[in-house]
Amino acid sequence: MNAKAHSPAAPAERTRPLYGVIAEYKDVDSLVAAARKVRDAGYTRWDTHTPFPIHGIEGAMGFGMTRLPWFVLCCGLTGLTVAVLLQWWTNAVDYPFLISGKPLFALPPAIPICFELTVLFSAFGTFFGMLGLNKLPMLHHPLFEHEAFKRVTDDRFFLAIESQDPKFGLESTKALLASTGVCADVVAVHGNGDKGVLPNWMKNFAIVMPILLLVPLAWIVTARHSTSPKTRLQVIPDMDQQLKFRNQTRNVFFADQRNERPRVEGTIPRGLLREDQHYYTGKTGPGESDWATKFPAALSLDEAFVARGRERFNITCAACHGQTGVGDGLVSQRATGKYPSWIPPISLHAENLLAQPVGQTFSSIRNGIRTMPSYAQQLTVEDTWAIVAYVKALQKSQAFPVEKLSPEERQKVQ
Amino acid sequence: MTSSAMGNASAIVIDQDIDPRRRKSLVEGDHDFTSITASIANVAERPKPPKAWYVAMAISLPLTLTLFGCIAYLVVKGVGIWGNRQPISWAWPIVNFVFWVGIAHAGTLISAILFLFRQKWRTSINRAAEAMTIFAVVCAGTFPAIHVGRIWMEWFLAPVPNHLEMWPQFRSPLLWDVFAVSTYATVSLLFWYMGMVPDLATFRDRATTKIKKIAYGIFALGWRGSSRQWHRYERAYLLLAALAMPLVLSVHSVVSFDFAVSILPGWHTTIFPPYFVAGAIFSGFAMVVTLMVPARALFGLKHVVTLRHLENMNKVIVATGTMVGYAYAMEFFIAWYSGSQYEQFAFINRALGPYWWAYWIMVSCNVIAPQFFWFKKIRTSPLLMVIVCIFVNIGMWFERFVITVSTLNRDFLPSAWGYFSPTLFDILTLCGSFGLFMTLFLLFCRYLPMVAISEVKSVMPQAHPHHHGDDAHGAGHHAH
Repeated sequence: MNAKAHSPAAPAERTRPLYGVIAEYKDVDSLVAAARKVRDAGYTRWDTHTPFPIHGIEGAMGFGMTRLPWFVLCCGLTGLTVAVLLQWWTNAVDYPFLISGKPLFALPPAIPICFELTVLFSAFGTFFGMLGLNKLPMLHHPLFEHEAFKRVTDDRFFLAIESQDPKFGLESTKALLASTGVCADVVAVHGNGDKGVLPNWMKNFAIVMPILLLVPLAWIVTARHSTSPKTRLQVIPDMDQQLKFRNQTRNVFFADQRNERPRVEGTIPRGLLREDQHYYTGKTGPGESDWATKFPAALSLDEAFVARGRERFNITCAACHGQTGVGDGLVSQRATGKYPSWIPPISLHAENLLAQPVGQTFSSIRNGIRTMPSYAQQLTVEDTWAIVAYVKALQKSQAFPVEKLSPEERQKVQ
Repeated sequence: MTSSAMGNASAIVIDQDIDPRRRKSLVEGDHDFTSITASIANVAERPKPPKAWYVAMAISLPLTLTLFGCIAYLVVKGVGIWGNRQPISWAWPIVNFVFWVGIAHAGTLISAILFLFRQKWRTSINRAAEAMTIFAVVCAGTFPAIHVGRIWMEWFLAPVPNHLEMWPQFRSPLLWDVFAVSTYATVSLLFWYMGMVPDLATFRDRATTKIKKIAYGIFALGWRGSSRQWHRYERAYLLLAALAMPLVLSVHSVVSFDFAVSILPGWHTTIFPPYFVAGAIFSGFAMVVTLMVPARALFGLKHVVTLRHLENMNKVIVATGTMVGYAYAMEFFIAWYSGSQYEQFAFINRALGPYWWAYWIMVSCNVIAPQFFWFKKIRTSPLLMVIVCIFVNIGMWFERFVITVSTLNRDFLPSAWGYFSPTLFDILTLCGSFGLFMTLFLLFCRYLPMVAISEVKSVMPQAHPHHHGDDAHGAGHHAH
């Protein structure tokens, strides 16, 4: 392999442009000495090639520190910025995402991802920055046409001077290199880089492949932004079509073929025996307006009961009715004007409500009234009565005659 | 002249020739650059691999196919094929995930941290250890990916809005984990590949067939060993090492957050991040020793991966094993000291509850077994060290099992207590992951440069320029 390495270039080679001359060395010391000599002769476009990095050759060749670390620093800072913006914008701005009452954006829980993205961007910067500065990948180079150059990745050391160097002269440069400790003849290398050396399929592949990779992405983006009359593709359908009967469907198992089973005659489900009509419905008789005017006897109307009512009211009712009950809750404030169909809640201090029996107020909360929905699911019966008690107290507090106040209280209010 | 670089170079020369402590040489026998290239490239160039390679492949390839079969069945049937049942909804998949991520960490530790500490002995083992990192991360990543059950919904983890225009929840440790592990996989891959580029160029230049020439040629990126390229390359390598070091610490810390940030007695402790990192290094080094001892014998690399390398790794194992033992003891102390009955119950349950057997396997393998490495005879005998290291690997799998399962099996409601039994698919999937790991490692040994050829050359005495004239540094460098 090495014997034929130094044969003169074939005639066809001579017609190709001259790349430069190359010298071969057996050991590190000869190479470093030669590099020093070339440096001192004032050459600028030349390089040494070695099987492993030689520490200290930078000085012998006269080049300085690479800019790579600065590039990596910029990439790292970009990663950090992207991480902060990504977490803040996605979870606090674009789709505010409230989880267990945690702040929408805070630095401490953002640290892990900030760290990871800083490292990731820096690593990409390091790798691709190194390749870019080294002008890699460059699958072909004139030096590869020099057969002996194959040993540069094994055990030989090379020094090549380009013909583009202003000081270059074919004979004078050859003579200079020959005077260093070379182990083989200094030879000229011809070639013009990439052109016509790499097989065409390789280049085509490099162009077509990235485009093909974009196809599925483009397909996904199109699908996201278009509608289709077809049903969704179900890879494994057993979650969408489970082995169960859905509500209000036919079930041939039963004689009446109804899937919903009616309550068995003469039975009451556990916990649904509601004999105390006053307590459970707010009425004292069968008529439309037989509203109870008093609280059920089962309740103890003390301060704790009203306090419980206030707490439930502020949680359940105040969002619309407002904490004072005048109808200025946050939901109402926001919806009024924004949605024309919004009907604001009436004030709880309206004349007709002040005179309303407690049973009717209870029924309104329990069953809903006009546009207000039922709150039976959110409130227990006892809590509903507590709210009624609090509403009554609230009404009194807003319509209390001044002359009935004691002198101390009057002073306080003024 | 860059004096610091020269200083480092001369330190090695001193190491080998003048140092009164007389450290053993990093490359044994009478070798030059040519013979180093030949002996390492020979592994990939010989027409047929050794018989043992085929035997190992015959075991690991069917296991790999078993893994793929299990995954296919899982995708069709759902996670119900595993033994995961309430209250133990995190079982073997998470145990295997943490186990494999831990294994991965030794590779990064050897390649990055030992590099930054200028531990030159790492050069002959770092490539294989980095490869191990990549393959272990592949195995690790498989488990959470298939644990979600419906793997076509995996894109919910990516930072893109889903069909409801919602983004992932960035305050969850599970999402931190996604970012940490995928960053780790990417950076490890870059580090491994970049380190291999000059050696792939060696393979390219020695290639005898056109296919090899093209394949190695493409991946060698046209590397031609220019000193300007080497300069930037080495700077990039240093930067990647500096980035990988905090990264590896962060990855296992974030993995431990999966547990520690949840408010469960037995998981919710601040000792988890350092304890997990120490355990990861411990198990990873044990895996490197387990793999390198047979590999160096099989492929004739005993002169490059010497007993000194193995002994150094065993020293790291005894150090980290002792740290892990300290963490076990400290967990119990904190449980007692906390005064919290739930915390105390969790730990008494761990050691004496239904999983007492797993706990004591863990303690015997992780705390007692590595202590044998205090004896020089044991830590320098390839057979004995492999036995100890296999025990460590078993123990570290049980550690993750104990942490995960023994914490979940008895929760706050005694009526909900349960006992975990693995199904056949749990067992086959775990065995299959070992098959995948071994298959990838065997393919790597056969087709890629298993030892960092250029790095080994650079720590040989011939690699350093002797000083003439203007660069005279002082005596001692002219020793040979």
